Amino acid sequence: MSKSNDSPSGNNKGDLASIVASNNDLSPASVKQGETGSISPKPSNSNAVQVKSEKTDLPQFERGIVDGLVLKFGDSIKIIYVKPLRIKIEVPPKDIVEVARYIRDEAGFDHAESVSATDYPKTGDIEVIYHLGSYTRENLSSQILALSTRTDRDNARLPSLIQVFKSVEYHERESFEMVGVYFDNHPRNDRFLLPEDWADIPPLRKEFRIKGR
Amino acid sequence: MSDQEERISETTRLGLEIVKEAEEDRLMTLSVGPQHPGSGHFRFTVKVDGDYIVDCDPDPGYVHRGEEKMCEYRNFIQNIPHLERPVIHDSSNITYSYSLAVEELVKIDVPRRAQFIRAIASELNRQVYTLYWLAIYGIFLGHSTMFMWPTGDRELIIDLLEALTGARVTHAYNIPGGVRNDLPYGFKDRCLRQVSYLEGRLKEYEDIFYNNPLLRQRTEGVAILTKEDAIKLGVTGSVLRASGVPYDIRKAEPYDIYDEIDFNVQYMKTCDSFARAYVPLLDMRESCHIIRQLLDKMPESGEVRAKLQPNPKGPPGETYRRVESGRGALGYYIVSDGTPRPYRVKISVGSFRNLLALPHLLVGSKLGDMPSVYWSLNYWPVEADR
Repeated sequence: MSKSNDSPSGNNKGDLASIVASNNDLSPASVKQGETGSISPKPSNSNAVQVKSEKTDLPQFERGIVDGLVLKFGDSIKIIYVKPLRIKIEVPPKDIVEVARYIRDEAGFDHAESVSATDYPKTGDIEVIYHLGSYTRENLSSQILALSTRTDRDNARLPSLIQVFKSVEYHERESFEMVGVYFDNHPRNDRFLLPEDWADIPPLRKEFRIKGR
Repeated sequence: MSDQEERISETTRLGLEIVKEAEEDRLMTLSVGPQHPGSGHFRFTVKVDGDYIVDCDPDPGYVHRGEEKMCEYRNFIQNIPHLERPVIHDSSNITYSYSLAVEELVKIDVPRRAQFIRAIASELNRQVYTLYWLAIYGIFLGHSTMFMWPTGDRELIIDLLEALTGARVTHAYNIPGGVRNDLPYGFKDRCLRQVSYLEGRLKEYEDIFYNNPLLRQRTEGVAILTKEDAIKLGVTGSVLRASGVPYDIRKAEPYDIYDEIDFNVQYMKTCDSFARAYVPLLDMRESCHIIRQLLDKMPESGEVRAKLQPNPKGPPGETYRRVESGRGALGYYIVSDGTPRPYRVKISVGSFRNLLALPHLLVGSKLGDMPSVYWSLNYWPVEADR
């Protein structure tokens, strides 16, 4: 079980243990002392946008990632929060593809874990947030970078990130039908989870009410 | 354009159409599911050219319940029982990350003993899920013994969980702030006995099923998902680890007391259908070690749940927390606007993420490999649809 081989050996009949690579040294190097058990909750206001990068009590590693982004894109990036293991930034829709490409190529986040669209009727916009993670870089394996952008809820159109992160394909398609955000350059903005004869507004919009509630 | 040229181009156009029709005639579209016994509540269409699949279009949603919308109408505690419906066999894990997220939003500290207990419940639940998956995987690869054995052994762990939680499959046991109730009398000994039994059985599964030449022939070297593709497609769980990426949330971002537990991330580098079927078995074996350590290190007494307000609420904010479930990373993105009800809940489940690998793997495979490829993805339709 402790043996690890570098080449795929599918024809290794009989001896299963030899094709199993077991990983002893995957200790979370990125996870710093005292932050491992649970993320210490810090209040954050999703609507109040503040630039906090000048603060000194920020976690060191996360601040490094943020500083790189700010250095590259300057004022077009708003930092919503920097917490241990979690960063959230907001960019305008016109820059999102460029920022995403930088995040993939330079910062090292290689896949999207989740894409969520949230409807805010009070401010009249829809926020789309991409939770990006990394499989390839060990020091980023515990990090989630939340890349968010906002669009007008009456004309919800955003550029798709499918050219940068292939893994957003079904998530974006789900956001299209559930919240009604049209993704430009996405190959299929169409029905996915809802019934084929669905003829109502997107159900995760706030004005859609469940009957009887 | 002269008349002659026009006639020629018209002829060419007709000729091309005939060729195209002939090409389309070669292709046959097959609909798999949702009534088909081999797919679960899930439908996908495949186009076959002879024996080979040339196109695949998944069509999920037959068991979509609108869990995310339902969450917005109930408070944080009321959400627990319906949130575990998407995957009732793994209900402790799907409520685990929800609990972690709510604890972060509402700011609750979990007692140490409760952290151990819910980790044990989740590990046992993962075993239940994997045994169930293994049973289905076995029967669809034509191995009916592999259906009977895990189904029977699963009952033993279900009995254990029933003693612990009071319900066979839908436990609603992990709650924000801990667990619902303390361990029953004699749980530790009983749990150790079942885990030892299961470990012995895993050896037998390996002998009768994984070393079976028929299974090996149907799965080895079939439907290769390379490491690069796995990362690009963002797959998770056993599918990812079978492609040579040693990534497990319990190791990458340890939650509760997992940083005190000594275990290895099980992964394989062969990237084929067999690896995707074998990694869950390795995970179960490792999980047995984890359960033993958890039982050993657990404090003998103490609180098992933090005191909660009747209608807990926190300041406005948002969080994204994840755990390792039977099907990979299971994350909750919860936005709170300061009221006792969540403003938005997004459940990011492993099944939905692994679905992207299905067309990728099926296109180019033989039709006969479809069941082994589909079930090797550890796909649970109800969870993917939410």
